[in-house]
Amino acid sequence: MLEEKGIAGLLGSVAALWFAMMLSTRADASDPQEFTEIERGRYLAITSDCASCHTVPGGKPFAGGRPIETPFGNIVAPNITPDLETGIGAWSEEAFDAAVRKGVRPNGARLYPAMPYNAYTKMSRDDVDAIRAYLNSVDPVSNAVIANTLPFPFNIRATMRVWDELYFKAGEFKPDPAKSAEWNRGAFLVDGPAHCGACHTPKTFLGGDRTDQYLQGSYLQGWSAPDITNDKHTGLGEWSAEDVASYLKTGHNRISAATGPMAEAVSLSTSHMTDEDTRAIAAYLKSLPGKASIETPLPANSATMSAGNAIYRDQCSACHGIEGKGVARLFPSVAGSSMVRSNDPTTAIRIVLRGARSVGTRAEPTAPGMPSYGWQLDDGQVAAVLNYIRNSWGGAAPAIDAKDVSRVRSDTALRPD
Amino acid sequence: MDLSGPVKSHMPRKLPKKDVVIIGFGWTGAIMANELTDEGLEVIALERGPWRDAPTDFPPGYMQDELRYRVRHELFLRPDQMTFTFRNKIDQTALPIRSWGAFMPPNGVGGGGVHWNAEMWRFLPSDFVLKTHLTERYGKDFLPEDMTIQDWGITYDELEPHYDRFEYLCGTSGTAGNLNGKIQEGGNPFEGPRSRPYPTPAQAQPFSHTLFGKAARELGYKPFPQPSGNLSQAYTNPLGLQMGPCTYCGFCEWFGCSNYSKASPQTTILPYLIRKPNFSARDNSEVVKINVDRSGKHATGVTFVDTSGEEWEQPADLVILSAFSLFNVQLLLHSKIGVPYDPASNTGVIGRNYTHQTTSTVNGFFDHKKFNFNPFIASGAIGMCIDEFNGDNFDHGPHGFVGGGYVGQVQTGARPIESTLTPPGTPKWGAAWKSAVRDNYLSTVKPGTGVHGSSYAYRDVYLGLDPTYKDRFGRPLMQITMDLHDNEVKQNRFLTDKFAEIIKAMGADHVAKQYRTAPYDITQYQTTHVNGGAVMGVDPSTSALNRYLQSWDVPNLFVLGASAFPQNAGYNPTLTVGALAYWAAAAIREKYLKNPGRLVDA
Amino acid sequence: MLVFSATRVGAATISGQLPWTPNAGSSPSRIKLGSWEFFTGEEGRAMEAIADCVIPPDPETAGGREAGCAVFIDRQLAGPYGRQDGLYVRPPFLTGTKSQGSQSEAGPAQKYREALGSFDRACKSKYSGKAFADLSAAEQDTVLKGLESGDLKLDGADGKAFFEQAIKDIQMGFFADPIYGGNRDMVAWKMIGYPGARYNYLDWVNRHNERFPLPPVSMTGRAEWTSQAR
Repeated sequence: MLEEKGIAGLLGSVAALWFAMMLSTRADASDPQEFTEIERGRYLAITSDCASCHTVPGGKPFAGGRPIETPFGNIVAPNITPDLETGIGAWSEEAFDAAVRKGVRPNGARLYPAMPYNAYTKMSRDDVDAIRAYLNSVDPVSNAVIANTLPFPFNIRATMRVWDELYFKAGEFKPDPAKSAEWNRGAFLVDGPAHCGACHTPKTFLGGDRTDQYLQGSYLQGWSAPDITNDKHTGLGEWSAEDVASYLKTGHNRISAATGPMAEAVSLSTSHMTDEDTRAIAAYLKSLPGKASIETPLPANSATMSAGNAIYRDQCSACHGIEGKGVARLFPSVAGSSMVRSNDPTTAIRIVLRGARSVGTRAEPTAPGMPSYGWQLDDGQVAAVLNYIRNSWGGAAPAIDAKDVSRVRSDTALRPD
Repeated sequence: MDLSGPVKSHMPRKLPKKDVVIIGFGWTGAIMANELTDEGLEVIALERGPWRDAPTDFPPGYMQDELRYRVRHELFLRPDQMTFTFRNKIDQTALPIRSWGAFMPPNGVGGGGVHWNAEMWRFLPSDFVLKTHLTERYGKDFLPEDMTIQDWGITYDELEPHYDRFEYLCGTSGTAGNLNGKIQEGGNPFEGPRSRPYPTPAQAQPFSHTLFGKAARELGYKPFPQPSGNLSQAYTNPLGLQMGPCTYCGFCEWFGCSNYSKASPQTTILPYLIRKPNFSARDNSEVVKINVDRSGKHATGVTFVDTSGEEWEQPADLVILSAFSLFNVQLLLHSKIGVPYDPASNTGVIGRNYTHQTTSTVNGFFDHKKFNFNPFIASGAIGMCIDEFNGDNFDHGPHGFVGGGYVGQVQTGARPIESTLTPPGTPKWGAAWKSAVRDNYLSTVKPGTGVHGSSYAYRDVYLGLDPTYKDRFGRPLMQITMDLHDNEVKQNRFLTDKFAEIIKAMGADHVAKQYRTAPYDITQYQTTHVNGGAVMGVDPSTSALNRYLQSWDVPNLFVLGASAFPQNAGYNPTLTVGALAYWAAAAIREKYLKNPGRLVDA
Repeated sequence: MLVFSATRVGAATISGQLPWTPNAGSSPSRIKLGSWEFFTGEEGRAMEAIADCVIPPDPETAGGREAGCAVFIDRQLAGPYGRQDGLYVRPPFLTGTKSQGSQSEAGPAQKYREALGSFDRACKSKYSGKAFADLSAAEQDTVLKGLESGDLKLDGADGKAFFEQAIKDIQMGFFADPIYGGNRDMVAWKMIGYPGARYNYLDWVNRHNERFPLPPVSMTGRAEWTSQAR
């Protein structure tokens, strides 16, 4: 009771409050050591998928050292544990925010957009502070990472100033009042923390987004990330919102399965999102217009289609079925798969050549694998069977030829995945 | 790899202790690992062979290679790595099995579960109390004097929930014959009561199998589809694992399944198990000894050898021996756990009651102008069968033998190297042979193990250690003394004749009977259903394990597998092997972990 | 994302995720056509002639020689099978009962070499210096029937066992996948109506007593897999 404590007590309380306010820079700041703040940061770190770059698989969390392949060479992700010498323990909150949302290091050097600051800019300061609070709570790891590994002239970070001028638009996410809360949440996640465009939006030769082809698919690290707009042939046009949400949550749905870099994104990030968030992303993606392209399938009796038909019947039908429908959540439906019909067939080709393991999650632990056929089929045969799969059962896609296959065969020959 | 001599270069290096060490990572090892990790225990499984999985080891691009996998046995253990010696009679010198013939031991993660037929049969209620049952019905003198059959120590009713559990784990395809005591049309009317129907419907039956069913029905029998672990439709098992429908490729037994449709540890357990942080496995690690303390009554862990020949010690509080029947017995002998069986004095338990399976077949040659069986379309557990002559399902009084088996057209494919038969009397080579092959391939019924009979135990059929031949570690090979007794020869003749009647009734022009006769031949394949040697029972003087598969001698050791069978019934053993593993796991979880020690007083 | 670490123990620890590496497993390799890898020229000629007796050519289907059965046997004997790789070959080698199986120290390759040498000598001594391949069809038939019955004895080899094994191996080569050298162009499979290395018969299991229409395919495909046009 104030009367009991007396005026001195009241002054003391006010002073304490004043001090607390001085410590935090903003009126609505949370205590960075508080459990809720750290939890919020942990979830944001998951949606931002920090671990996929900053944690070596099987290594210490966030200790950096993982090489990230870019068209310009390999970049090594730094140590973002709170270690004072080799991590970011000594950084201020301002410095951390500048790195995440503006792409600038404390010494003024610019980050390469392999760090997707052009997406993370959509997050708020509060979001970034929460991530910082979480990162501050993980084990500090002493691991000195040498960051400058790009060849000349890309190792001159000052050139990033030009890049930023062309491609970086700073600014937090602005919700669209005409759309639902769910849609806005989905848009925020896709363009912000989950930075889907980093892989799914095609790039200019300087590595900036081709914004006119937003989320229509792109090539990276030996894979082609598919179109995730609503195009009926190459995108999510045939998927329901539930199919999208299920894919993100479990890595599998009735049509397809996540493999390659997307398997990692599912495993580390999207499978840990809340159901509301995966549904929000689904709602947003399903609202995007498709290219509305009308493709004519290759004629069924053409030489490549006949050969592909024979190969398909003799081999692929073992799992993908005689009608191409596969088995739900076990073998993808090649008849229904938009990934298979991508304009850039790199992923389809490399899966046939080298095989692939789909992701295992808690909801879908099976993780079925596709065997490799590179030993059995020559380049022309791989092209034929893919042409058949891409152009049958109501599907249509441009023809692939043997040269496309040999390009992927030699490009992937030395890859570890 | 030749290690020439005992591996004793230095003391084995000790690894961090685990709660449980599992020796052998096949069906029973995987079942037990999954159960015990659910109790929060730290479990490690050690497997002598390599890791295996469908996309990398048996893909549909090259799995259909009869020469490589059936003729050259590529998925199986190499005799050079481990083998046994064999003789028919005690007064003969046992000689090494230099190349596999009568049975084919598995190797690798998944064990026999990778390349089995997936025929999933329950034993009859009377099979578990065989001695009591037969003595009551026929009198003690009806049984041969040297027959050493025993009761198991458990009943069918006790095992039923575990049969059910394993069937649902695998998604077994079948038609129930006895639902809670009510006989069901289309199923096996002789089976013990089951608490619920099969998880998926029976597989579709190809032409010749359907025709056999029709002929059997017309002769007054009650044919039913063989219960199959090659699934009739896509299935999600209780662990959330997805399986696909079997596509009748005809490359089942001897081969791994390429499209996730055959029940195996890989398709039903491992992807779920491997995600648990308290589980790990090592492949290419061969356990050479179970270590016991000075008292000899407590296991402290195991010693294993890696591919470099280095010895390691894996300490653990609980040891599960699940290395396949023969290797279980061999390891007990080498570890000096339990008293070795001596047939002369009829004392000791390790090695006694060794049995196999009494099989034979009848091939039918049909008019190719009237019959086209497309015999290459089949699964490993396809077939229409009858059970009228199994176990004690019929009165044996007039026949002078005990036991029996199912018979059926269970042809699993027609891979050409082995399935280009010609009618009796055809020359073995030349133009006549060639045209006979051409005219008969599509119209021959070749059931394989069409007659699948019991193998009862005898005093002079047993396992021991060989005095002469050594393995690559310098240890004695295990020695098998085995011959067919009159009882089984009579049983087989009876069943084969009955089977032949049905094949003839199908419309065959020629019927070629192949009886199983003595002497037991180590070069003729007759299933890998080898059992016994470390049997379960109620009496420690005639069994190695109590009714929970716990060693009488070493309470923190459980021994899983068909080595526990006191004798073999007229059915494939794996479903019973898996059910017993679940039964033992339940005993460990509900009783042993709360109070480690003997679960049954001696 | 593979968790497959080699620890201090010389074996891999598997935990967390199912192992995966691209191009894993061991795909089969086609035998190299060309000269004999095990047989001498004379041995090869003899085996081809025996193959043509065991599986004579006819207007519909090639015989054992043209189908490549001798090539099959040659490549098998030149490889791990011929050397008895993987079998238990420790001494002592004692003679046992028939039901105890082969106790011979000599593997298949050695047995063929000894038998073929002996067989050649036997033919030459019986037919004025002519090798088996140079005998008339009737003479070849007499020789092989003699081996089969045991009337024709070979010095230093078991003629009956040799011919039994040769029949088995020739017929095995005839029906194995063409990748191994025999069953060239899948002639044997075409003869009997076996569709080869297929996997999915779901649409045919309920079609009873109908001829399966698709041609055979081997592990390395069939002609229809390659587009005829560019």
